[in-house]
Amino acid sequence: MGLKKILDNLKPTFSEGGKLSAFGSLFDAAETFFFVPNETAKVRGAQIHDAIDSKRSIFFVVIALIPAILFGMYNIGLQHSLVTGGCTPDACPCADVWGNFLYGLAVMLPKIIVSYAVGLGIEIAVAQWKKEEVHEGFFVTGILIPLIVPVNCPLWILAIATAFAVIFAKEVFGGTGMNIFNPALVTRAFLFFAYPSMMSGDKVWVNGNYIDCINGAPAVDAVSAATPLGQLAAGEAVTASPMETIIGTIPGSIGETSVIAILIGAVILIWANIASWKIMLSTFVGGALMAYFLRYDGAQNFEWWEQLTVGGFCFGAVFMATDPVTSPRTEGGKWIFGFLIGAMAIIIRVLNPGYPEGMMLAILLMNVFAPLFDYFFVQANINKRAKRAKK
Amino acid sequence: MANVIKLKKGLNINLKGKATAKVSAANASKVYGLVPDAFWGMKPKVVVKEGDEVKAGDALFVNKLHPEMKFVSPVAGKVLLVERGERRKVLSVQVEAAAQQQYVDFGKKQVNSLNAEQVKAALLESGLFGYFIQRPYAIVANPDETPKAIFISAFSDMPLAADIDVVMKGNEADFQTGISALAKIAKVHLGVKPGSSLASTKDAQVTVFDGKCPAGNVGVQINHIDPVNKGEVVWTLGAEEVIFIGRLFNKGVVDLTRTVAVAGSEIKEPQYKQVLVGAKIGDIVAGNVKTEQKVRLIDGNPLTGMKTSENDFLLAHSTEVTAIPEGDEVNELFGWIAPRLKNFSVSRSYFSWLQPKSKEYVLDARVKGGHRHMIFSGEYESVFPMDIYPEQLVKAIIAGDIDRMEALGIYEVAPEDFAVAEFVDSSKVELQRIVREGLDMLRKENE
Repeated sequence: MGLKKILDNLKPTFSEGGKLSAFGSLFDAAETFFFVPNETAKVRGAQIHDAIDSKRSIFFVVIALIPAILFGMYNIGLQHSLVTGGCTPDACPCADVWGNFLYGLAVMLPKIIVSYAVGLGIEIAVAQWKKEEVHEGFFVTGILIPLIVPVNCPLWILAIATAFAVIFAKEVFGGTGMNIFNPALVTRAFLFFAYPSMMSGDKVWVNGNYIDCINGAPAVDAVSAATPLGQLAAGEAVTASPMETIIGTIPGSIGETSVIAILIGAVILIWANIASWKIMLSTFVGGALMAYFLRYDGAQNFEWWEQLTVGGFCFGAVFMATDPVTSPRTEGGKWIFGFLIGAMAIIIRVLNPGYPEGMMLAILLMNVFAPLFDYFFVQANINKRAKRAKK
Repeated sequence: MANVIKLKKGLNINLKGKATAKVSAANASKVYGLVPDAFWGMKPKVVVKEGDEVKAGDALFVNKLHPEMKFVSPVAGKVLLVERGERRKVLSVQVEAAAQQQYVDFGKKQVNSLNAEQVKAALLESGLFGYFIQRPYAIVANPDETPKAIFISAFSDMPLAADIDVVMKGNEADFQTGISALAKIAKVHLGVKPGSSLASTKDAQVTVFDGKCPAGNVGVQINHIDPVNKGEVVWTLGAEEVIFIGRLFNKGVVDLTRTVAVAGSEIKEPQYKQVLVGAKIGDIVAGNVKTEQKVRLIDGNPLTGMKTSENDFLLAHSTEVTAIPEGDEVNELFGWIAPRLKNFSVSRSYFSWLQPKSKEYVLDARVKGGHRHMIFSGEYESVFPMDIYPEQLVKAIIAGDIDRMEALGIYEVAPEDFAVAEFVDSSKVELQRIVREGLDMLRKENE
């Protein structure tokens, strides 16, 4: 146990009164990252505990995101090749899976690093200030953020948006577990409203030399590629086939395009009982019903069920709506919450000419109403008890 | 035919080291100690002095709030010590056992000829009344009140809990007498497990509870039979304490002999021991504890019990003494991702769900995670078989919102009802402590 010894020797330096006590919460985070804390139960109360802790649950969400991350990287490169290479998917360089993936990795990695560095930096500083442990919630938020921003989003804007979300959507409420809005979505909403030219929604995928964009310099050879939702909003015919939208070889935010990759993640989340299947199912039901009722609006060649395969619908339903902190706490509330997210997302998409995509706004809106849905169920229980007492 | 209630929610935790049916008498302790803290909500007033001679059944202390409520010595002998802690709080009253046991004679009584007041008076005088726990507040019952009903759970499904069939052996007649006596005070509800021979108990309304832990909790049973409303009071009693009452009327003496399970992975030979309330834990587990690693001794079962030591005394309500590894020297690397095959979890991010249900686990006393705000929802509900929203109730307690606590049903619960929820909680919130604080807060407010 060499590592344990090293950590034990370092501990006094980082503890209260030690030379580096200002980095105490960072040390603490590192220590619990390596070892399960061996704090034992108090004199009273449960003397044994389940092996599950929030760290493990939260890392399983990251694991569930891996298929979407990997596919997203590949798709960055593929979309780049499609435009710059001037070829079809059958011909090179689009067929160079490995090359496309590496290109995507090079684009994606700086975003992940910036997102984690900014978010975790703030989290650690706040934990140190409040003398708490660093909460691991940001490990999910920090990977979600790069997945839902446009690929050409400059890193400095990403940093500002992340900082805004972590401070104003999370820490001011008291940290992980106390926030009202999903922090990753707040990041996106911040970009959406503060930098509308970056996030207009209809042309989120401005193809060009993304690596140049890292410095914020506009790519000279930028070519716009409209997303299916952008085409729908403009009243144009959707060029992507249903097969392409399901596999995900279409323009869109990095993590959201592949229905298959997202569904693999959904299976992992439901299997590990980390995200609520009730929310996922009811979101799809709500979205499907609403799309069916509104099917005569919009492009004629677009089936109602295709609405569920494009844009951020799947990604939102599986990874965003199911955030346990910002969704209802009661089981009944989850059904209503999901249903209304699905329905609202489609309503915004189809009936609102301004916003081609409605998933983000629908989830943020329902985050606000989540306590209300809980209220109905908890109040019913309270009323039942009050009625029983009167008898 | 008894009413059967099936409960779906809950969790059975299968721990290694269950007691075998072997029953033997424990080593007699030199010193016995009665711990007032085991009778929560009671203010002790010691009525003996060090050096006094007492018989088994003589009062050691009384309840300051109800001086007629006595708490009696389990043995005859000389009062050795009134142990006090901070602010002179009485920690225990210790009696050095005499070689010859002498009992206070309370007189044999025919239960059928007694009325409610006479039964109550006999219980108060003999020190057995103090074993009643009332709801609301989960404290020692108030003798001035008449309960709506008396609830007795005749089984425990907590991990390593004593098996009622072993405990009951040879005590069936006393148990029936005890039930008949209680029926004089109020309606008696008896909760039994499926197939229990106690289903034929007379003078009680028997209900069969078929479900996972904590279906054996009397609080869960009350919630399904006749929930406690604001302004109502019910009393609860452990099954073995009913036997004490039966002995009092059948034999005329207070005989606080219990059959406790001595169990757990760190016990060499898990078995049952017949001991008196207040016996030294060291005498109960003498020579039977493994020494390979640091061991945590628990007075009670690992979910609701209290950490104890060989020098402490068996608490009044305890039906088990268990031993598990302390675990503070265990360092598991990368707990958030390593498979950790030996661990037990309700989460399928571990592999215990692949194991057969019969697999027994060795769990140590580690909390196994950092303390967090409540993050994941639905964890408590899945193991909380009551018509109450546990998470919302706990949050109301944390917020100190008395009205909301009442509205959400705090009158119906005791800390032990949250034990399984505390076990499964991934945010490692100390639910039982919080509920206890909430109940005490409410009591103070309503006094």
